[in-house]
Amino acid sequence: MNKQESIINKRQKLHAIRVLRDRIFVVGFALAVVVGILGLAALLFDVLIDGLPFLNINFLSSYASRKAENSGILAPLAGTIWIVGMTALLTIPIGVGTAIYLEEFASKNRFNRLIELNIANLAGVPSVIYGLLGLAVFVQFLFNGSRSVTAGALTMTLLILPIVVIASQEAMKAVPSSYRDAAYAMGANRWQVVKAVVLPQALPGMMSGIILALSRAIGESAPILIISSLVWVTFIPTSPDSKFTVLPLQIFTWVSQPQHSFRGIAAAAIIVLLIVLLSMNGIAIWIRSKYQSRPDQ
Amino acid sequence: MATTSEIQSNRDLFERVARRRRRQHAEQTVFTWLLRAAVLISILTTVGIVIILVSQSVGFFAEVSPWEFLTGTEWAPLFSPQKFGVLSLVGGTLLVAVIAGLVSLTLGLGSAIFLSEYAPERLRRVLKPILEVLAGIPTVVYGYFALTFVTPILQNIFGHDQVIVFNALSAGLVMGLMIMPMVSTLSEDAMVAVPRSLRDAAYALGATRFEVSTKVVIPAALSGIVASFILGVSRAIGETMIVKIAAGATPNLTLNPLESIQAMTAYIVQVSLGETPQGSLEYKTIFAVGLLLFVMTLAMNIVGRWVISRFRQQYE
Repeated sequence: MNKQESIINKRQKLHAIRVLRDRIFVVGFALAVVVGILGLAALLFDVLIDGLPFLNINFLSSYASRKAENSGILAPLAGTIWIVGMTALLTIPIGVGTAIYLEEFASKNRFNRLIELNIANLAGVPSVIYGLLGLAVFVQFLFNGSRSVTAGALTMTLLILPIVVIASQEAMKAVPSSYRDAAYAMGANRWQVVKAVVLPQALPGMMSGIILALSRAIGESAPILIISSLVWVTFIPTSPDSKFTVLPLQIFTWVSQPQHSFRGIAAAAIIVLLIVLLSMNGIAIWIRSKYQSRPDQ
Repeated sequence: MATTSEIQSNRDLFERVARRRRRQHAEQTVFTWLLRAAVLISILTTVGIVIILVSQSVGFFAEVSPWEFLTGTEWAPLFSPQKFGVLSLVGGTLLVAVIAGLVSLTLGLGSAIFLSEYAPERLRRVLKPILEVLAGIPTVVYGYFALTFVTPILQNIFGHDQVIVFNALSAGLVMGLMIMPMVSTLSEDAMVAVPRSLRDAAYALGATRFEVSTKVVIPAALSGIVASFILGVSRAIGETMIVKIAAGATPNLTLNPLESIQAMTAYIVQVSLGETPQGSLEYKTIFAVGLLLFVMTLAMNIVGRWVISRFRQQYE
């Protein structure tokens, strides 16, 4: 009797320890999420505290200056619009075209698998390497040393192309194959099926992928830094041949200044950049959720 | 019996249909070639990267022996006497990347377990997008955060004489925060793929949630978790702006994360910002360093994806 009791006691103790360990680790795992969210909150807080005092209409409409108080982001804002506009014009047809070919036209042979593998690898190449590619191929080879908007946009296009291709492929994979079969049964050829059935159905998914890719292009600084290498720009780009700077590059320049006064305007520029990017992300998520849940799919 | 005019109109109709068919076929042919041209661009990108990096590096290695480059521990290409030991740059890069990898693995795995094993669906749907925001913030902003927020805190903890303004720890910690959502998503995908029945079997034996997580789910999802760590470190190795802004510009082979270092990417950017004439040896160094960086990240990405596909458990 005594022996049995002690065994039961032991069991109960062990059980209590196991339950306690379970409870402790719940807190531990939850803490990982909390640390992530606190990190985000600290980052936003840090930027807002430093930057809000400098954020006014003059800041948006003046050029960079040697004095922090007089500085503004007109030139980098215009440069960013130029770059993202041209990048969109180049990336969308090429990226969507590549995705259409791989998803709808290519047979699943070894060569086409190799192309898909190649695109997956390109998505993992560090952005600074694209900067080197752009410097050597576009700036020095094609444009004879001119560090132009076009060279920047071409480089950005190559950088975000894999993201657009992969997102567009995902969107097309989600179109049910019965839709395609129905069109083929009516006598449509491959291109007609793509044009009239697959693309309209896949459009929302593609758009959200493209917006996310473009927001990546807006926030990317390393390749532009190598391509442009201009740190004080006091003019708006007027043509694709103009020299330029972009918001992240201007932020980098100000952060690198030894005077602390420039940190405030760097933070103000970060606020502008984050507003643009977060609203783009918001639109992408909205598009995805609006068109995602269709009853018939 | 059909009249001649009826036969004529039928023939017209056939011809119209045939013409339209031909036009549609021609349209398809044209667009197929345009699509092929689009695909060609991604192939040319890879070819371009390899040709540019290799051709410029060949010029560099004609003047500096690869042995000196890969085994030397001092890097001073812009001073005389010039030294081309890339190990001090690689060391700096790896020091930051390992810190970032450990931070992102701890936070990412912890949050993946919490989100997939503990959190109710509604909480998960709120928390996940918030964490995803971290992945969308530009790296230059993280650099600012490391320099103006994390470094002062580290200086208060370890003492201002111990922590240099530009240090590897601050950059590594912040980079870990940046990579966390990626590690978390990849690990969570692997855990969600573990079938319900395995968990239920363990619960039926009286296991706690912690025991189910650590003894059933994590071992079953281990390949995905390992891969997420490898891909995260690869991402950290290629990251530029955080290390450029917060980790310094002092090539330094050290294990002390409180010291200033220079990462490979930061060196490339530093030279591009200066007035280094095209074709000079200094100019070629950035392509040699770039080639090494490209090979390192490519190898890790291939290994990461191989681990995912090779060790993926197949469940019915």
